[in-house]
Amino acid sequence: MFSLPPQDMQAIWLSAKVASAATVISLPFGLGAAYCMVFVRLPGKAFFEGLINLPLVLPPVVVGYLLLLLLGRSSWLGQLLQTMHIRIIFTISAAIIASSVIGFPLLVRSIRIGMENIDEHYLQASRTLGARWWDTLLTVILPLSGRAILAGMTLMFARSLGEFGATIILAGNIPGVTQTIPLAIYDYTNTPGGDSMALSLCLVSIALSFAVLLVNEAASRKLRQVPGR
Amino acid sequence: MKLEVSVRKDFGTFRIEADFSLSGNRCGIFGPSGSGKSTLVHMLAGLLKPDQGRITLADRPLFDAARGINLPPEERRIGVVFQHAHLFPHMNVRRNLLYGWQRTPAAERRIEPAALIEVLNLGSLLERRVGSLSGGEQQRVALGRTVLACPRLILMDEPLTGLDQDLKYQIIPYLKKVFSEFDMPLLFISHSLQEMQLMTDEVLVFEKGSLQQRLPAENLARRHLVTGARGYANLLTLVEPRPHGDLWRYRWGETELILTEPGLAGDNLFELGSKDITLFKGRPEATSARNILACRVTSIFGDGNRIGVELACNGGRLVSQIVPESVRELDIREGAEVVAVIKASAFQKLY
Repeated sequence: MFSLPPQDMQAIWLSAKVASAATVISLPFGLGAAYCMVFVRLPGKAFFEGLINLPLVLPPVVVGYLLLLLLGRSSWLGQLLQTMHIRIIFTISAAIIASSVIGFPLLVRSIRIGMENIDEHYLQASRTLGARWWDTLLTVILPLSGRAILAGMTLMFARSLGEFGATIILAGNIPGVTQTIPLAIYDYTNTPGGDSMALSLCLVSIALSFAVLLVNEAASRKLRQVPGR
Repeated sequence: MKLEVSVRKDFGTFRIEADFSLSGNRCGIFGPSGSGKSTLVHMLAGLLKPDQGRITLADRPLFDAARGINLPPEERRIGVVFQHAHLFPHMNVRRNLLYGWQRTPAAERRIEPAALIEVLNLGSLLERRVGSLSGGEQQRVALGRTVLACPRLILMDEPLTGLDQDLKYQIIPYLKKVFSEFDMPLLFISHSLQEMQLMTDEVLVFEKGSLQQRLPAENLARRHLVTGARGYANLLTLVEPRPHGDLWRYRWGETELILTEPGLAGDNLFELGSKDITLFKGRPEATSARNILACRVTSIFGDGNRIGVELACNGGRLVSQIVPESVRELDIREGAEVVAVIKASAFQKLY
């Protein structure tokens, strides 16, 4: 086995932290957005849907730049944060926010498809049996879309591991602070003689992504044979 | 139970219109598929909002377009058993059964789960996954789940349509037992005349989205003797089967009948077609048929070339179908004494 320099270990640790935080923080919002899109009659749903999906098709650099404008010192939100002594730009929070925004459409899309596939009769049955909407959500909708939620989280986690464009603009490329695996690889490729280092991080990246897919597959199989509890 | 309904809903080319009020405990909605029965069920349950009108159950408004009232399904306390069981696939039988019960306020829990599980014979299935149940078992669990929510009214939307004949007749005794034992008002929706006869007393006939007629289930069946090719089905509950040579002897009220079909202890339900009852003026000297019953004519109905003759046979009641010529030849009128002759093999076992 090869050993990695501490800076690389830091990048791997940071990547895992950012991807986990982005996925966990986005999950409740993703569930809410998917629920609204599937079960709530909203005016202007198509617009809402488009807005959520936009980061999927926009260049991540554009998303990063827009976020920078929104959270930077010149915006009202940036100023508000400054008066509260909260700094986001060029911190790990910025990396998490960038990953969250970029990965969000993948999360919502997957959960939404899962919720759409639930037979409407189950919901009708639960309502006529006296369950309110939130009760139905917790006891019928969420358990029956468990696999889709897991798939969405996996996708988002994997996407966050690879996030580059938005992160480099919003969070910068500061070793030990915001330098995740892709940013570290980018650094190595710009350094003379850094090819082998870049390659070893690439291998780490492949291994990590593959591990995520395997874990997802295993958990999904387990959920499929969900025993009657 | 008093249910008052006056609703309208437009679907562009199709329009549902229903105005009725029910007070019986066993009512039916009868009509061909596409007549709007299921839409009506959805509107009553709160799963679909009518365009106009009112729905009141036991003087409690569930929907009133004018006053802006539209209670959600969970507040209506109307149970629904759908055509397919739709048991929650991620829960076992026990959790499915108790789903509604746990959401029922303690003061409204009139039915004990243990008692219902006993009546529906579900004890051995409680820990099973719903995916491993047969169609009939699933429908029994679905019925139990709805009944345990202790609703003020149960809507059954073609609950037997998805089942094959055998399963259907396995379920019906459970249905009858549940509704008689737990005294629960029922609105039974079906396109099967036989199910109407078995499950309801009064029937609303729906066609093309509107209420056409309202009549006792018995009269609906008699009407079909005149208009339908199958005739009228006498439904006989026979008890105490005993071997009689290579045949079976049953008690039917105060009379005995001889059948080819063996039966079980308890109630046995048989169907006997009105065409399978032959009438004689006096006792025939010799006949291959095994059942010869002295009867009195209590009423005559129908017109055209199919006449229904209602007979009182020692406490029992039968309807025979004959042609007008026979009515004249046998001089059949109310009060006339006739002899009904039925073959032992004419009885078809339902359960």
